[in-house]
Amino acid sequence: MADVTLRNIHKSFGELEIIKGVDLDVTDNEFVVFVGPSGCGKSTLLRLIAGLEDITAGDLSIDGQVVNDLPPAQRGIAMVFQSYALYPHMTVQENMAFGLKLAKESRQSIDQKVGDAARILQLEELLKRKPKELSGGQRQRVAIGRAIVRNPKVFLFDEPLSNLDAALRVQMRIEIARLHEDLNATMIYVTHDQIEAMTLADKIVVLNAGVVEQVGSPLELYHHPHNLFVAGFIGSPKMNFMTTSVTGVSGDSATVSLPGGAAITVPVQGGRLKAGDDVTLGIRPEHMMEGGGGDAQMPGSVFVVERLGGETYLYVRGGTDDLITLQAGGDSTAKSGDTVSIGIAASTCHLFDADGIAVSRIERHPLADVGRGKGPGSRAETPAEAG
Amino acid sequence: MTVRASKLTRQRVRAAWVFLAPMLIVLALVAGWPLLSTFSYSFTDKTLTADSETRFVGVSNYVFYGPNLNDWDDELDGYFIVYEPDDALLVYRPDTDTFYDLDTDQPYADNVDRSQIFEWQGLLVDGLWWKSVWNTTAFAVISVALELILGMAVALILNANMPGRSVMRAAVLIPWAIPTIVSAQMWGWMLNDQYGVINEVFLGLGFIEDRLAYTANPLLALPSVIAVDVWKTTPFMSLLILAALQLLPGECYEAARVDGVHPIKVFVKITLPLIRPALMVAVIFRSLDALRIFDLIYVLTSNTRDTMSMSVYARQQLVDFQNVGYGSAASTTLFLIITSFTVVYIALGRVNFGGER
Ligand SMILES: Nc1ncnc2c1ncn2[C@@H]1O[C@H](COP(=O)(O)OP(=O)(O)O)[C@@H](O)[C@H]1O
Ligand SMILES: [Mg+2]
Repeated sequence: MADVTLRNIHKSFGELEIIKGVDLDVTDNEFVVFVGPSGCGKSTLLRLIAGLEDITAGDLSIDGQVVNDLPPAQRGIAMVFQSYALYPHMTVQENMAFGLKLAKESRQSIDQKVGDAARILQLEELLKRKPKELSGGQRQRVAIGRAIVRNPKVFLFDEPLSNLDAALRVQMRIEIARLHEDLNATMIYVTHDQIEAMTLADKIVVLNAGVVEQVGSPLELYHHPHNLFVAGFIGSPKMNFMTTSVTGVSGDSATVSLPGGAAITVPVQGGRLKAGDDVTLGIRPEHMMEGGGGDAQMPGSVFVVERLGGETYLYVRGGTDDLITLQAGGDSTAKSGDTVSIGIAASTCHLFDADGIAVSRIERHPLADVGRGKGPGSRAETPAEAG
Repeated sequence: MTVRASKLTRQRVRAAWVFLAPMLIVLALVAGWPLLSTFSYSFTDKTLTADSETRFVGVSNYVFYGPNLNDWDDELDGYFIVYEPDDALLVYRPDTDTFYDLDTDQPYADNVDRSQIFEWQGLLVDGLWWKSVWNTTAFAVISVALELILGMAVALILNANMPGRSVMRAAVLIPWAIPTIVSAQMWGWMLNDQYGVINEVFLGLGFIEDRLAYTANPLLALPSVIAVDVWKTTPFMSLLILAALQLLPGECYEAARVDGVHPIKVFVKITLPLIRPALMVAVIFRSLDALRIFDLIYVLTSNTRDTMSMSVYARQQLVDFQNVGYGSAASTTLFLIITSFTVVYIALGRVNFGGER
């Protein structure tokens, strides 16, 4: 149906520049998620696409047409808002039909569209109710239904699930994924929740302070983060960072020292590093092994233990400024005060130079270019990360 | 468990009464007592004259068919009557329903044509009262309607995002903040036919050829009073409406923009239904105020028949004519009119709340 293209988009509120030059290609049928910390400009960027805010500079096109100066209604978009934005004095049916009625569509076609949307979203029983008589999940479904009846080229979602409780959020997440499949529509989705981003997206756009940090498939961001910000933002618990220095380099590796005296040789394109450079070593909690093993070990003492049943998080003091988080098995017997040896596999390590830019890994992860739920390579249009 | 809960409930109820009591006592003293007194005076012929005796006269102050009430004479224990067809002086005593000769105090021999003597009297047959009811109603309906429309416009403007709107909000309140006596007097001077600035401006602009006596001219007096009231009270209305506008869910409006709804449709279909409850409250506040309007009219036009409101009428009876009984009857009727208006308004409002889609 439609692709969306952003070219050097800027947005300022008065003196304050909020969006600082965003380039992005959203292809037809793609599910793109904007993710980033609160206040980074995700909603603003979405509202620029919707036409609810004026673009300060740059070009926005939808379906090949520059739409900078078109009002929202003429852009072929529909938007689902965080707090649903239902008209409180209208029934579910009227909420969905309102836009169509004012667009002077025939009674029959309105009934048809509203009926279809209600069936897809299982709202048929609720058509006569007012929003205040609905649960949060039902309200959000009505809001989505109101978007569907517009039959838009592009769906825009602004944190649609953030007002729902955890269980409902999981359920609605699945419904939205199914909806994307059924409707074959382009969707742009804003969230600060990386689980939503990872599970829904074909393509994730990581935003920080108004600039795009990285664009890529969920697993590309997980396995090949461009920089410290993306590495720290994607993945939960957060990646462990240790500042250290390079002791030796070769074309396809760099050796760095670990706290506790050991060293590890990381398979990265080490050519642009030299011995003595300050670097940051990043290792995800789930890649650290309790009780040694791997290519190198570092010692530490357990400070706090969090048992989640399926897994156990150990917060370890180990010669770094911050506590090191280690994900152990659910039956780990570690307790606070224990000494542990942390095992590290070289292939799971990330290396970032003094500017926080990732040093490219030698091997590309086999799943990094695979789209969500599609055959391998179906979404592999993002270029491999630059060195 | 249940025992504890009910004990807690009883404690809460008791606390509620303790907190309410001072207010209820004060209300009973300053509102309940005068109201009851006025109500009971309205069934007497009480006057402000020091040595006169007060009699219970039933509903005579409201409506009465008989000899002129002013001809009652305590010493005669009846009405003093000059019966013109016979050139006779008579006394009519209602308890025996008989005419007596003034000189002999014997029942009058000849037939008396009662229609020459008896007449309908009382508040409900007083043309001036009905004139004042009409004036008050016209004043209330027109001024509240204008205030609603203008107040809405001002509120919509103040609600829009624009620079300096907090200063505007404060500035708009000034007419409301000035005491009515002061602003009425101020307008009285501005509207003055000899030296008023309004006349100067209108003359200068060529709207009028001669100076007009706005507050004295029978055609202009009520419109002038309404204009001043609108000037004074629109801020109050717009502030109430503004408060309601600020509570409206902003995302709804963005949804409407995405839906491509025309701004006028948005106003009619979304804004109006959502602020309707607040409008209802604002209208009833203002209507109650307008129905008992006194100060503005009295300062601008005194006791003129053309602008006399129910309150001005009651004051004239009570203070100028010292007819406490009759004035109380007017006050009581005014109270009943306002009460029934309120009851009807709230009842109709409820019906609409329920039937609203
Ligand atoms: N209308 C506005 N006027 C001024 N500043 C705004 C406006 N809208 C958003 N901002 C600012 O822009 C920044 C990004 O906001 P937003 O896009 O809502 O962030 P988020 O990523 O949490 O959705 C915030 O610092 C916010 O204060
Ligand atoms: Mg936001």
